[in-house]
Amino acid sequence: MTFPEELKYTASHEWVKMTGDGEALIGITDFAQDALGDIVFINLPEEGDEVTAGEAFADVESVKAVSDVFSPVTAKVVEVNTELQDAPEKINEDPYGSWMIRVTDITDTEEFLTAAQYQEIAKEEE
Amino acid sequence: MELKTPLYDIHVSTGGKIVEFGGFLMPVQYGAGIKKEHMAVRTACGLFDVSHMGEVLCKGPDALKNLNHILTNDYNGMVNGQARYSPVCNENGGVVDDVIVYKVSDEEYFIVVNAANRSKDYQWFLDHQIGDVEFTDVSDDYIQLALQGPKARDILLKVADESDIPEKYYTCIFDGDIRGMKCIISQTGYTGEDGYEIYSAPENAEKLWNLLMEAGEEFGILPCGLGARDTLRLEASMPLYGHEMNDDISPRETGLGMFIKMDKPEFVGKEALEAKGEPKIKRIGIRALGRGIIREHCDIYDGDVKIGTTSSGTFCPFFGESLAMGLVDREHGEIGSRIQVDIRGRLVEAEIVKTPFYRKPSKA
Repeated sequence: MTFPEELKYTASHEWVKMTGDGEALIGITDFAQDALGDIVFINLPEEGDEVTAGEAFADVESVKAVSDVFSPVTAKVVEVNTELQDAPEKINEDPYGSWMIRVTDITDTEEFLTAAQYQEIAKEEE
Repeated sequence: MELKTPLYDIHVSTGGKIVEFGGFLMPVQYGAGIKKEHMAVRTACGLFDVSHMGEVLCKGPDALKNLNHILTNDYNGMVNGQARYSPVCNENGGVVDDVIVYKVSDEEYFIVVNAANRSKDYQWFLDHQIGDVEFTDVSDDYIQLALQGPKARDILLKVADESDIPEKYYTCIFDGDIRGMKCIISQTGYTGEDGYEIYSAPENAEKLWNLLMEAGEEFGILPCGLGARDTLRLEASMPLYGHEMNDDISPRETGLGMFIKMDKPEFVGKEALEAKGEPKIKRIGIRALGRGIIREHCDIYDGDVKIGTTSSGTFCPFFGESLAMGLVDREHGEIGSRIQVDIRGRLVEAEIVKTPFYRKPSKA
Protein backbone atom coordinates (compact mmCIF):
# COMPACT_ATOMS: atom_id res chain seq x y z
CA MET A 1 0.00 0.00 0.00
CA THR A 2 1.40 3.40 -0.91
CA PHE A 3 1.11 6.86 0.65
CA PRO A 4 2.78 9.39 -1.68
CA GLU A 5 4.61 12.13 0.26
CA GLU A 6 3.53 14.97 -2.03
CA LEU A 7 -0.18 14.48 -1.35
CA LYS A 8 -2.33 15.64 1.54
CA TYR A 9 -4.85 13.30 3.13
CA THR A 10 -8.05 13.31 5.16
CA ALA A 11 -9.09 10.95 7.95
CA SER A 12 -12.02 9.90 5.73
CA HIS A 13 -9.55 8.48 3.15
CA GLU A 14 -9.45 11.10 0.41
CA TRP A 15 -6.27 12.55 -1.07
CA VAL A 16 -5.72 16.11 -2.27
CA LYS A 17 -3.08 17.23 -4.71
CA MET A 18 -2.57 20.98 -4.71
CA THR A 19 -1.86 21.92 -8.31
CA GLY A 20 -1.68 25.68 -8.15
CA ASP A 21 -3.12 28.71 -6.51
CA GLY A 22 -6.40 27.62 -4.96
CA GLU A 23 -6.55 24.58 -7.30
CA ALA A 24 -6.51 20.90 -6.50
CA LEU A 25 -7.22 17.36 -7.68
CA ILE A 26 -9.19 15.07 -5.37
CA GLY A 27 -9.47 11.28 -5.19
CA ILE A 28 -9.61 8.36 -2.78
CA THR A 29 -6.58 6.67 -1.26
CA ASP A 30 -4.97 3.33 -1.90
CA PHE A 31 -6.23 2.24 1.53
CA ALA A 32 -9.80 3.24 0.60
CA GLN A 33 -9.81 1.37 -2.70
CA ASP A 34 -8.32 -1.68 -1.07
CA ALA A 35 -10.93 -1.62 1.70
CA LEU A 36 -13.76 -1.25 -0.82
CA GLY A 37 -12.58 -4.00 -3.14
CA ASP A 38 -13.55 -4.15 -6.82
CA ILE A 39 -15.12 -0.77 -7.64
CA VAL A 40 -17.95 -1.10 -10.14
CA PHE A 41 -19.79 2.22 -10.08
CA ILE A 42 -19.06 5.85 -9.38
CA ASN A 43 -21.44 8.76 -9.04
CA LEU A 44 -19.69 12.09 -9.62
CA PRO A 45 -20.83 15.73 -9.38
CA GLU A 46 -21.07 17.93 -12.45
CA GLU A 47 -18.81 20.63 -13.72
CA GLY A 48 -19.76 23.89 -12.07
CA ASP A 49 -21.05 22.30 -8.88
CA GLU A 50 -19.91 23.62 -5.53
CA VAL A 51 -18.40 21.17 -3.07
CA THR A 52 -18.19 21.80 0.67
CA ALA A 53 -15.44 20.72 3.03
CA GLY A 54 -16.58 17.72 5.06
CA GLU A 55 -19.62 16.99 2.90
CA ALA A 56 -20.13 14.12 0.47
CA PHE A 57 -19.62 15.02 -3.19
CA ALA A 58 -19.54 11.57 -4.79
CA ASP A 59 -20.13 7.95 -4.04
CA VAL A 60 -18.27 4.88 -5.08
CA GLU A 61 -19.69 1.40 -5.08
CA SER A 62 -17.75 -1.79 -4.97
CA VAL A 63 -19.22 -5.23 -5.39
CA LYS A 64 -19.80 -5.42 -1.66
CA ALA A 65 -20.44 -1.88 -0.47
CA VAL A 66 -21.24 1.71 -1.22
CA SER A 67 -19.22 4.54 0.25
CA ASP A 68 -19.55 8.32 0.23
CA VAL A 69 -16.57 10.38 -0.79
CA PHE A 70 -16.20 13.54 1.29
CA SER A 71 -14.80 16.75 -0.05
CA PRO A 72 -11.63 17.87 1.69
CA VAL A 73 -12.24 21.45 0.52
CA THR A 74 -14.91 24.02 -0.16
CA ALA A 75 -14.46 24.93 -3.80
CA LYS A 76 -15.89 24.92 -7.29
CA VAL A 77 -15.71 21.88 -9.57
CA VAL A 78 -14.07 22.81 -12.87
CA GLU A 79 -13.51 19.36 -14.26
CA VAL A 80 -14.89 15.88 -13.65
CA ASN A 81 -12.95 12.76 -14.57
CA THR A 82 -15.71 11.23 -16.65
CA GLU A 83 -13.37 8.44 -17.74
CA LEU A 84 -13.95 6.89 -14.31
CA GLN A 85 -17.66 6.60 -14.95
CA ASP A 86 -17.00 4.13 -17.75
CA ALA A 87 -14.04 2.44 -16.10
CA PRO A 88 -14.38 2.76 -12.32
CA GLU A 89 -11.93 -0.13 -11.89
CA LYS A 90 -9.17 2.39 -12.72
CA ILE A 91 -9.50 3.58 -9.12
CA ASN A 92 -8.44 0.12 -7.93
CA GLU A 93 -5.61 -0.03 -10.41
CA ASP A 94 -4.23 3.46 -9.87
CA PRO A 95 -5.89 5.29 -6.96
CA TYR A 96 -3.56 8.31 -7.04
CA GLY A 97 -3.72 8.68 -10.81
CA SER A 98 -7.52 8.42 -10.74
CA TRP A 99 -8.51 11.88 -9.63
CA MET A 100 -12.27 12.36 -9.44
CA ILE A 101 -12.65 16.12 -9.61
CA ARG A 102 -10.49 19.15 -10.26
CA VAL A 103 -11.51 22.16 -8.19
CA THR A 104 -10.66 25.88 -8.06
CA ASP A 105 -11.50 28.81 -5.81
CA ILE A 106 -10.78 26.89 -2.61
CA THR A 107 -12.15 28.94 0.27
CA ASP A 108 -12.03 26.42 3.10
CA THR A 109 -10.34 23.10 3.84
CA GLU A 110 -10.62 20.16 6.18
CA GLU A 111 -7.74 19.49 8.49
CA PHE A 112 -5.20 17.86 6.21
CA LEU A 113 -2.95 15.03 7.26
CA THR A 114 0.56 14.34 6.04
CA ALA A 115 1.38 11.00 4.45
CA ALA A 116 2.93 9.79 7.70
CA GLN A 117 -0.05 10.88 9.81
CA TYR A 118 -2.49 9.29 7.42
CA GLN A 119 -0.52 6.07 7.32
CA GLU A 120 -0.93 5.84 11.09
CA ILE A 121 -4.72 6.15 10.75
CA ALA A 122 -4.82 3.57 7.99
CA LYS A 123 -2.78 1.19 10.09
CA GLU A 124 -5.18 1.56 13.01
CA GLU A 125 -8.21 0.89 10.84
CA GLU A 126 -6.76 -2.18 9.24
CA MET B 1 -16.69 -13.69 20.92
CA GLU B 2 -16.30 -14.54 17.26
CA LEU B 3 -15.36 -18.07 16.33
CA LYS B 4 -12.66 -19.05 13.88
CA THR B 5 -12.67 -22.02 11.56
CA PRO B 6 -9.57 -24.25 11.59
CA LEU B 7 -8.55 -22.51 8.35
CA TYR B 8 -8.44 -19.00 9.83
CA ASP B 9 -4.63 -18.80 9.81
CA ILE B 10 -4.49 -19.92 6.18
CA HIS B 11 -7.04 -17.27 5.23
CA VAL B 12 -5.03 -14.53 6.92
CA SER B 13 -1.69 -15.71 5.52
CA THR B 14 -3.07 -15.95 1.97
CA GLY B 15 -4.40 -12.41 1.97
CA GLY B 16 -7.98 -13.02 3.07
CA LYS B 17 -9.86 -9.94 4.25
CA ILE B 18 -11.57 -11.01 7.43
CA VAL B 19 -15.10 -9.99 8.43
CA GLU B 20 -17.56 -11.21 11.02
CA PHE B 21 -20.33 -13.40 9.62
CA GLY B 22 -22.78 -15.62 11.47
CA GLY B 23 -20.62 -15.42 14.59
CA PHE B 24 -17.46 -16.42 12.71
CA LEU B 25 -14.42 -14.51 11.49
CA MET B 26 -14.46 -15.38 7.79
CA PRO B 27 -12.67 -14.19 4.64
CA VAL B 28 -14.92 -11.94 2.56
CA GLN B 29 -12.39 -12.00 -0.26
CA TYR B 30 -8.75 -12.76 -1.00
CA GLY B 31 -6.19 -10.78 -2.99
CA ALA B 32 -7.77 -11.47 -6.38
CA GLY B 33 -10.97 -9.69 -5.37
CA ILE B 34 -14.63 -10.66 -5.64
CA LYS B 35 -14.92 -10.21 -9.42
CA LYS B 36 -12.04 -12.56 -10.23
CA GLU B 37 -13.08 -15.06 -7.59
CA HIS B 38 -16.61 -15.06 -8.97
CA MET B 39 -15.40 -15.60 -12.53
CA ALA B 40 -13.02 -18.37 -11.45
CA VAL B 41 -16.06 -20.31 -10.23
CA ARG B 42 -17.99 -19.63 -13.46
CA THR B 43 -15.11 -20.59 -15.76
CA ALA B 44 -12.76 -22.87 -13.79
CA CYS B 45 -12.98 -23.50 -10.07
CA GLY B 46 -13.10 -21.82 -6.68
CA LEU B 47 -12.47 -23.20 -3.20
CA PHE B 48 -14.51 -21.87 -0.28
CA ASP B 49 -14.14 -22.51 3.43
CA VAL B 50 -17.71 -22.91 4.63
CA SER B 51 -16.87 -24.58 7.92
CA HIS B 52 -19.04 -22.01 9.67
CA MET B 53 -22.10 -23.95 8.49
CA GLY B 54 -23.63 -26.15 11.17
CA GLU B 55 -24.33 -29.88 11.13
CA VAL B 56 -26.90 -31.78 13.18
CA LEU B 57 -27.37 -35.55 13.31
CA CYS B 58 -30.89 -36.92 13.56
CA LYS B 59 -30.80 -40.53 14.70
CA GLY B 60 -33.25 -43.12 15.96
CA PRO B 61 -36.21 -45.30 14.94
CA ASP B 62 -38.38 -42.19 14.54
CA ALA B 63 -35.81 -40.14 12.59
CA LEU B 64 -37.85 -40.04 9.37
CA LYS B 65 -41.03 -39.23 11.27
CA ASN B 66 -39.25 -36.25 12.85
CA LEU B 67 -38.01 -34.89 9.54
CA ASN B 68 -41.51 -35.07 8.09
CA HIS B 69 -42.87 -33.38 11.22
CA ILE B 70 -40.30 -30.57 11.60
CA LEU B 71 -39.52 -29.88 7.93
CA THR B 72 -41.93 -28.87 5.17
CA ASN B 73 -40.54 -31.14 2.44
CA ASP B 74 -41.41 -34.83 2.18
CA TYR B 75 -38.57 -37.11 3.29
CA ASN B 76 -40.14 -40.40 2.27
CA GLY B 77 -38.68 -42.36 -0.57
CA MET B 78 -35.06 -41.28 -0.26
CA VAL B 79 -32.17 -43.63 -0.89
CA ASN B 80 -29.04 -43.67 1.25
CA GLY B 81 -26.69 -40.90 0.17
CA GLN B 82 -29.47 -38.76 -1.24
CA ALA B 83 -29.89 -35.11 -0.25
CA ARG B 84 -33.08 -33.06 -0.06
CA TYR B 85 -33.58 -29.35 0.63
CA SER B 86 -36.27 -27.99 2.93
CA PRO B 87 -37.36 -24.82 4.65
CA VAL B 88 -38.04 -25.14 8.38
CA CYS B 89 -41.31 -23.42 9.21
CA ASN B 90 -42.44 -21.93 12.50
CA GLU B 91 -46.00 -22.21 13.81
CA ASN B 92 -46.91 -18.92 12.13
CA GLY B 93 -45.83 -20.12 8.72
CA GLY B 94 -42.65 -18.03 8.71
CA VAL B 95 -39.22 -19.52 8.17
CA VAL B 96 -36.86 -20.59 10.97
CA ASP B 97 -34.12 -21.58 8.52
CA ASP B 98 -33.54 -23.64 5.41
CA VAL B 99 -31.57 -26.86 5.55
CA ILE B 100 -30.19 -29.70 3.45
CA VAL B 101 -30.81 -33.20 4.79
CA TYR B 102 -28.70 -36.21 3.74
CA LYS B 103 -29.93 -39.70 4.31
CA VAL B 104 -27.26 -41.83 5.98
CA SER B 105 -29.55 -44.79 6.65
CA ASP B 106 -33.19 -45.48 7.50
CA GLU B 107 -32.57 -44.34 11.06
CA GLU B 108 -29.93 -41.67 10.56
CA TYR B 109 -29.90 -38.33 8.75
CA PHE B 110 -27.27 -35.58 8.48
CA ILE B 111 -28.71 -32.04 8.50
CA VAL B 112 -26.75 -28.99 7.33
CA VAL B 113 -27.93 -25.64 8.72
CA ASN B 114 -26.93 -22.00 8.28
CA ALA B 115 -24.06 -20.72 10.41
CA ALA B 116 -25.98 -17.94 12.11
CA ASN B 117 -28.82 -20.34 12.98
CA ARG B 118 -26.79 -23.20 14.43
CA SER B 119 -27.92 -22.99 18.03
CA LYS B 120 -31.40 -21.74 17.15
CA ASP B 121 -32.02 -24.68 14.81
CA TYR B 122 -30.60 -27.25 17.19
CA GLN B 123 -32.84 -25.93 19.96
CA TRP B 124 -35.77 -25.89 17.52
CA PHE B 125 -35.22 -29.57 16.71
CA LEU B 126 -35.04 -30.43 20.44
CA ASP B 127 -38.19 -28.44 21.18
CA HIS B 128 -40.16 -30.12 18.39
CA GLN B 129 -38.84 -33.66 18.41
CA ILE B 130 -41.33 -36.50 18.73
CA GLY B 131 -40.97 -40.17 19.68
CA ASP B 132 -37.74 -42.09 19.74
CA VAL B 133 -35.09 -39.86 18.22
CA GLU B 134 -31.91 -38.05 19.18
CA PHE B 135 -30.68 -34.80 17.66
CA THR B 136 -26.98 -34.08 18.15
CA ASP B 137 -25.15 -30.89 17.20
CA VAL B 138 -22.03 -32.22 15.50
CA SER B 139 -20.91 -28.89 14.01
CA ASP B 140 -17.58 -28.93 15.82
CA ASP B 141 -16.74 -32.37 14.40
CA TYR B 142 -16.73 -31.13 10.80
CA ILE B 143 -15.07 -28.63 8.55
CA GLN B 144 -16.71 -28.00 5.21
CA LEU B 145 -15.04 -26.98 1.97
CA ALA B 146 -16.95 -26.10 -1.20
CA LEU B 147 -15.14 -26.88 -4.44
CA GLN B 148 -17.23 -25.21 -7.13
CA GLY B 149 -16.98 -24.72 -10.86
CA PRO B 150 -16.80 -26.59 -14.17
CA LYS B 151 -13.33 -27.96 -13.29
CA ALA B 152 -14.29 -29.18 -9.82
CA ARG B 153 -14.65 -32.80 -10.92
CA ASP B 154 -11.32 -32.83 -12.76
CA ILE B 155 -9.64 -31.49 -9.65
CA LEU B 156 -11.29 -33.98 -7.34
CA LEU B 157 -10.36 -36.85 -9.66
CA LYS B 158 -6.70 -36.01 -9.06
CA VAL B 159 -7.00 -36.62 -5.32
CA ALA B 160 -9.82 -39.13 -4.93
CA ASP B 161 -10.98 -42.37 -6.54
CA GLU B 162 -13.79 -42.01 -9.01
CA SER B 163 -15.90 -44.29 -6.80
CA ASP B 164 -15.63 -41.72 -3.99
CA ILE B 165 -17.03 -38.90 -6.12
CA PRO B 166 -20.83 -38.74 -6.31
CA GLU B 167 -22.10 -38.82 -9.88
CA LYS B 168 -25.46 -37.23 -9.38
CA TYR B 169 -26.52 -33.79 -8.19
CA TYR B 170 -27.83 -33.84 -4.61
CA THR B 171 -26.21 -37.14 -3.71
CA CYS B 172 -23.19 -37.85 -1.53
CA ILE B 173 -20.66 -40.48 -0.60
CA PHE B 174 -20.50 -40.78 3.18
CA ASP B 175 -17.34 -42.88 3.42
CA GLY B 176 -15.30 -41.00 0.86
CA ASP B 177 -11.55 -40.80 1.01
CA ILE B 178 -9.24 -38.04 -0.15
CA ARG B 179 -5.61 -39.13 0.16
CA GLY B 180 -6.25 -41.03 3.35
CA MET B 181 -8.54 -38.40 4.89
CA LYS B 182 -12.07 -39.56 5.61
CA CYS B 183 -14.57 -37.24 3.96
CA ILE B 184 -18.23 -36.89 3.13
CA ILE B 185 -18.25 -35.81 -0.51
CA SER B 186 -21.49 -34.30 -1.71
CA GLN B 187 -22.48 -32.99 -5.12
CA THR B 188 -24.13 -29.81 -3.95
CA GLY B 189 -23.37 -26.13 -3.83
CA TYR B 190 -24.56 -22.57 -3.58
CA THR B 191 -23.10 -21.08 -6.74
CA GLY B 192 -25.21 -22.29 -9.66
CA GLU B 193 -22.25 -24.31 -10.97
CA ASP B 194 -21.34 -27.96 -10.79
CA GLY B 195 -19.37 -28.66 -7.68
CA TYR B 196 -18.89 -30.48 -4.44
CA GLU B 197 -19.13 -29.85 -0.76
CA ILE B 198 -16.64 -31.83 1.27
CA TYR B 199 -16.99 -32.51 4.99
CA SER B 200 -14.10 -33.80 7.06
CA ALA B 201 -12.60 -33.74 10.57
CA PRO B 202 -11.17 -30.38 11.71
CA GLU B 203 -7.64 -31.85 11.97
CA ASN B 204 -7.70 -32.45 8.21
CA ALA B 205 -8.61 -28.84 7.39
CA GLU B 206 -5.25 -27.40 6.36
CA LYS B 207 -4.05 -30.52 4.58
CA LEU B 208 -7.29 -30.83 2.61
CA TRP B 209 -7.35 -27.13 1.71
CA ASN B 210 -3.73 -27.17 0.50
CA LEU B 211 -4.21 -30.41 -1.38
CA LEU B 212 -7.22 -29.08 -3.30
CA MET B 213 -5.52 -25.76 -4.01
CA GLU B 214 -2.47 -27.58 -5.39
CA ALA B 215 -4.56 -29.99 -7.44
CA GLY B 216 -6.54 -27.08 -8.82
CA GLU B 217 -3.58 -24.90 -9.73
CA GLU B 218 -3.30 -26.14 -13.31
CA PHE B 219 -7.00 -25.34 -13.80
CA GLY B 220 -6.76 -21.83 -12.40
CA ILE B 221 -8.42 -22.43 -9.05
CA LEU B 222 -8.80 -19.43 -6.73
CA PRO B 223 -9.63 -19.34 -3.02
CA CYS B 224 -12.98 -17.59 -2.73
CA GLY B 225 -14.53 -15.66 0.13
CA LEU B 226 -18.04 -14.92 1.29
CA GLY B 227 -18.28 -11.95 -1.09
CA ALA B 228 -18.12 -14.19 -4.15
CA ARG B 229 -20.34 -16.74 -2.41
CA ASP B 230 -23.01 -14.06 -2.18
CA THR B 231 -22.65 -12.69 -5.73
CA LEU B 232 -22.68 -16.25 -7.12
CA ARG B 233 -25.78 -17.32 -5.21
CA LEU B 234 -27.57 -14.11 -6.15
CA GLU B 235 -26.70 -14.54 -9.83
CA ALA B 236 -28.11 -18.07 -9.56
CA SER B 237 -31.16 -16.58 -7.74
CA MET B 238 -30.78 -18.84 -4.73
CA PRO B 239 -32.59 -17.55 -1.66
CA LEU B 240 -30.67 -16.72 1.52
CA TYR B 241 -32.11 -16.91 5.00
CA GLY B 242 -32.49 -13.42 6.47
CA HIS B 243 -32.97 -11.94 2.99
CA GLU B 244 -35.45 -13.81 0.84
CA MET B 245 -36.96 -15.52 3.87
CA ASN B 246 -37.26 -14.85 7.57
CA ASP B 247 -39.54 -15.39 10.56
CA ASP B 248 -42.32 -13.43 8.86
CA ILE B 249 -41.99 -14.40 5.20
CA SER B 250 -43.56 -17.73 4.36
CA PRO B 251 -41.79 -20.11 1.98
CA ARG B 252 -44.67 -19.89 -0.47
CA GLU B 253 -44.40 -16.12 -0.57
CA THR B 254 -40.75 -16.34 -1.52
CA GLY B 255 -41.10 -18.86 -4.30
CA LEU B 256 -40.27 -22.02 -2.36
CA GLY B 257 -43.74 -23.55 -2.71
CA MET B 258 -42.33 -26.65 -4.37
CA PHE B 259 -40.60 -27.56 -1.10
CA ILE B 260 -43.82 -27.30 0.90
CA LYS B 261 -45.73 -30.56 0.80
CA MET B 262 -49.22 -29.55 1.84
CA ASP B 263 -50.45 -33.09 1.18
CA LYS B 264 -48.45 -34.38 4.17
CA PRO B 265 -50.83 -35.21 7.06
CA GLU B 266 -49.13 -32.65 9.29
CA PHE B 267 -45.95 -30.63 9.83
CA VAL B 268 -44.98 -27.65 11.96
CA GLY B 269 -46.50 -24.58 10.31
CA LYS B 270 -48.96 -26.41 8.09
CA GLU B 271 -52.08 -24.96 9.73
CA ALA B 272 -50.73 -21.42 9.51
CA LEU B 273 -49.81 -21.90 5.85
CA GLU B 274 -53.30 -23.22 5.13
CA ALA B 275 -54.85 -20.26 6.93
CA LYS B 276 -52.71 -17.82 4.95
CA GLY B 277 -54.09 -19.18 1.69
CA GLU B 278 -52.66 -18.07 -1.62
CA PRO B 279 -49.58 -15.87 -1.17
CA LYS B 280 -50.14 -12.15 -1.67
CA ILE B 281 -46.53 -11.43 -2.49
CA LYS B 282 -43.96 -13.08 -4.70
CA ARG B 283 -40.23 -13.06 -5.32
CA ILE B 284 -39.02 -11.38 -8.50
CA GLY B 285 -35.74 -10.83 -10.31
CA ILE B 286 -34.71 -7.24 -11.03
CA ARG B 287 -32.21 -5.80 -13.47
CA ALA B 288 -31.18 -2.16 -13.15
CA LEU B 289 -31.47 -0.16 -16.35
CA GLY B 290 -30.32 3.14 -14.89
CA ARG B 291 -27.02 3.85 -13.20
CA GLY B 292 -26.28 2.51 -9.75
CA ILE B 293 -26.21 -0.73 -7.84
CA ILE B 294 -29.46 -1.95 -6.30
CA ARG B 295 -28.86 -3.35 -2.79
CA GLU B 296 -31.18 -4.93 -0.25
CA HIS B 297 -33.95 -2.94 1.49
CA CYS B 298 -34.60 -0.63 -1.47
CA ASP B 299 -38.24 0.30 -2.08
CA ILE B 300 -39.70 -0.82 -5.40
CA TYR B 301 -42.25 1.32 -7.26
CA ASP B 302 -44.57 0.80 -10.18
CA GLY B 303 -45.08 4.45 -11.02
CA ASP B 304 -46.51 6.09 -7.91
CA VAL B 305 -47.36 2.82 -6.17
CA LYS B 306 -44.91 1.18 -3.84
CA ILE B 307 -45.13 -2.51 -4.64
CA GLY B 308 -42.42 -4.01 -2.43
CA THR B 309 -38.77 -3.96 -1.38
CA THR B 310 -35.59 -5.64 -2.50
CA SER B 311 -34.31 -8.56 -0.43
CA SER B 312 -30.82 -8.88 -1.95
CA GLY B 313 -28.92 -6.99 -4.59
CA THR B 314 -25.41 -6.52 -5.81
CA PHE B 315 -23.21 -6.09 -8.84
CA CYS B 316 -23.09 -9.44 -10.63
CA PRO B 317 -19.70 -9.98 -12.24
CA PHE B 318 -20.76 -12.54 -14.86
CA PHE B 319 -23.28 -10.17 -16.43
CA GLY B 320 -21.46 -7.03 -15.39
CA GLU B 321 -24.65 -5.45 -14.16
CA SER B 322 -26.71 -4.68 -11.10
CA LEU B 323 -29.14 -7.52 -10.33
CA ALA B 324 -31.44 -7.85 -7.36
CA MET B 325 -34.24 -9.94 -5.94
CA GLY B 326 -37.29 -8.44 -4.32
CA LEU B 327 -40.61 -9.32 -2.76
CA VAL B 328 -43.57 -7.52 -4.34
CA ASP B 329 -47.35 -7.56 -4.41
CA ARG B 330 -48.53 -10.43 -6.52
CA GLU B 331 -50.67 -8.30 -8.83
CA HIS B 332 -47.62 -6.34 -9.89
CA GLY B 333 -44.36 -7.62 -11.13
CA GLU B 334 -45.02 -9.14 -14.54
CA ILE B 335 -41.82 -10.28 -16.23
CA GLY B 336 -40.67 -7.62 -18.66
CA SER B 337 -42.44 -4.76 -16.92
CA ARG B 338 -40.70 -1.57 -15.91
CA ILE B 339 -40.28 -0.61 -12.26
CA GLN B 340 -38.40 2.02 -10.33
CA VAL B 341 -36.10 1.28 -7.42
CA ASP B 342 -35.21 3.82 -4.75
CA ILE B 343 -31.43 3.69 -4.36
CA ARG B 344 -30.67 5.94 -1.41
CA GLY B 345 -33.18 8.57 -2.42
CA ARG B 346 -32.62 8.33 -6.17
CA LEU B 347 -35.24 6.55 -8.29
CA VAL B 348 -33.53 4.25 -10.76
CA GLU B 349 -35.31 2.66 -13.69
CA ALA B 350 -35.27 -1.16 -13.65
CA GLU B 351 -37.04 -4.11 -15.22
CA ILE B 352 -38.42 -7.35 -13.91
CA VAL B 353 -36.59 -10.30 -15.41
CA LYS B 354 -36.86 -14.07 -15.22
CA THR B 355 -34.98 -15.96 -12.55
CA PRO B 356 -32.57 -17.61 -12.25
CA PHE B 357 -30.52 -14.83 -13.81
CA TYR B 358 -27.75 -17.34 -14.45
CA ARG B 359 -28.07 -20.93 -15.56
CA LYS B 360 -24.94 -22.99 -16.10
CA PRO B 361 -24.32 -23.99 -19.72
CA SER B 362 -25.74 -27.42 -20.46
CA LYS B 363 -23.22 -30.10 -21.19
CA ALA B 364 -22.73 -31.16 -24.77
